[in-house]
Amino acid sequence: MSFQQRLEKKEFTITAEIGPPKGTDVSEMLKNAQRLKGRVHAVNVTDNQSAVMRLSSLASCHMLVEMGIEPIFQITCRDRNRLALQSDLLSAHALGIRNVLTLTGDHTQVGDHPQAKPVFDVDSTHLLQIIQKLNEGRDLSTQFMNKKLSDGTVLKGKTQLFPGAVVCPEANPLKPQLLRFSKKVTAGAKFFQTQAVYDYEKFKEFMKKARELNTKVLAGILLLRSPGMAKYLNKNVPGITVPDVLIKEMESSSQPLKAGVKIAARQIKQMQEICDGVHIMAIGLEDKVLDILDEAGM
Amino acid sequence: MIVAEQKEISEIINMVGDHNNILVVGCDTCVTVCLAGGAKEAAILSSALRLAYRVKGKEITVEATTIERQCEIEFVDALEPILKRKDLVISMGCGIGVQTIAERFPQLLVVPALNTKFLGLPEKQGVWVERCQACGQCVLDKTGGICPISRCSKSLLNGPCGGSQNGKCEISKDTDCGWHLIYERLKTLGRLESLEEIMPVKNWSTSRDGGPRKVIREDMCL
Repeated sequence: MSFQQRLEKKEFTITAEIGPPKGTDVSEMLKNAQRLKGRVHAVNVTDNQSAVMRLSSLASCHMLVEMGIEPIFQITCRDRNRLALQSDLLSAHALGIRNVLTLTGDHTQVGDHPQAKPVFDVDSTHLLQIIQKLNEGRDLSTQFMNKKLSDGTVLKGKTQLFPGAVVCPEANPLKPQLLRFSKKVTAGAKFFQTQAVYDYEKFKEFMKKARELNTKVLAGILLLRSPGMAKYLNKNVPGITVPDVLIKEMESSSQPLKAGVKIAARQIKQMQEICDGVHIMAIGLEDKVLDILDEAGM
Repeated sequence: MIVAEQKEISEIINMVGDHNNILVVGCDTCVTVCLAGGAKEAAILSSALRLAYRVKGKEITVEATTIERQCEIEFVDALEPILKRKDLVISMGCGIGVQTIAERFPQLLVVPALNTKFLGLPEKQGVWVERCQACGQCVLDKTGGICPISRCSKSLLNGPCGGSQNGKCEISKDTDCGWHLIYERLKTLGRLESLEEIMPVKNWSTSRDGGPRKVIREDMCL
């Protein structure tokens, strides 16, 4: 059963993510992917994550397809204008990729090429509209034909992409984010993978809104490695708030990483009751995803 | 107004090189207001250059003058009599000023003393902020008078990205999130519903992306 079918059949769905290397040596990435095979339902591949230049998500997703792993192609608006976005989406389809996660993309200012010119020709809401159009067999081109702007050119073969988007349920303030969330649903987002959530009660409130909009939500589970990491996230990463009680739980453990795995597993079990799946992020410690799943009994 | 900032003196000295009869031209408009290239700054730069060369054991002639607007040919015309025997013009106008002088006097070498920064306003004494990117298709009616193109770091059109935190932008805690400002303004105006509609993909061809721009008013052409 595909990622899309699972969600449509209301089966609890688990995804994880891998990051392409900075360089051409893909062995570690593929090893991490191989470990996840059969344990998660789809694997996200990040796209120049944090605005740090890496091997492309498109090429990496294709490698996953060849390994029999279902990828979720992350695509940001930072590095591509509308021509490049559409071209990569057509390429993704042709390479057997079906799931696409649309993102605005972190600003180049926060990455490793801060002197670069970021693109942001369209935003992530537009990108969802673009996918909708490609799926209908038309592109975004606007040529003057018979003195009128054309509504796209008919494609030779349309895409069958399953579009998703991201949302930040613990954003502060939340209301502007929720406005954008519903716009993304209108623009065709069929599933959402969220920023890391730690506040269960707040997330429950968010899910009420999501249920009204009739979309699928995979809660972001970010593995905490140490109390220091939790504090760093609180201080530096927008939209992530690790509650003090979790920081204390890690501080009182002699093996903080193990405590982090336990916390993540507990969160996954809780999420089974209120949303459609989880997206596990264990940046740099991909092998721990399996420990989390074991601990959660998944 | 156009906001500019003076280049490092070392960079200007490099431009001067072996030239020894120099005219520094200030501009009385925007760059006077932003304290970058008015009469006062032109005088200070001229002395600084003379001094820098004297230290090196070389006397150069540096004269300073200021015209009302470097961005209009008729004001630039006024420079003609004092340009005789000058081998370099250092413009303290914005990028438009430099080019207007260069276009009017194509036989002369004209170099910039300023870096032209943006279209903006003085926020408080000594602080200038950007407000317009001249995208050629104003959307301020839809966003409560706050520009998403210039105030959002990513020029997004449909609300704040995930990098917005406590009203600040992901690029810096000193930068306001443009979409947070827009949201708050529309809330105050009781017009939040206008944010529910998806703003369409932008036509960037009216911006710089369509190539160098030109406005033609045929009714005003001679």
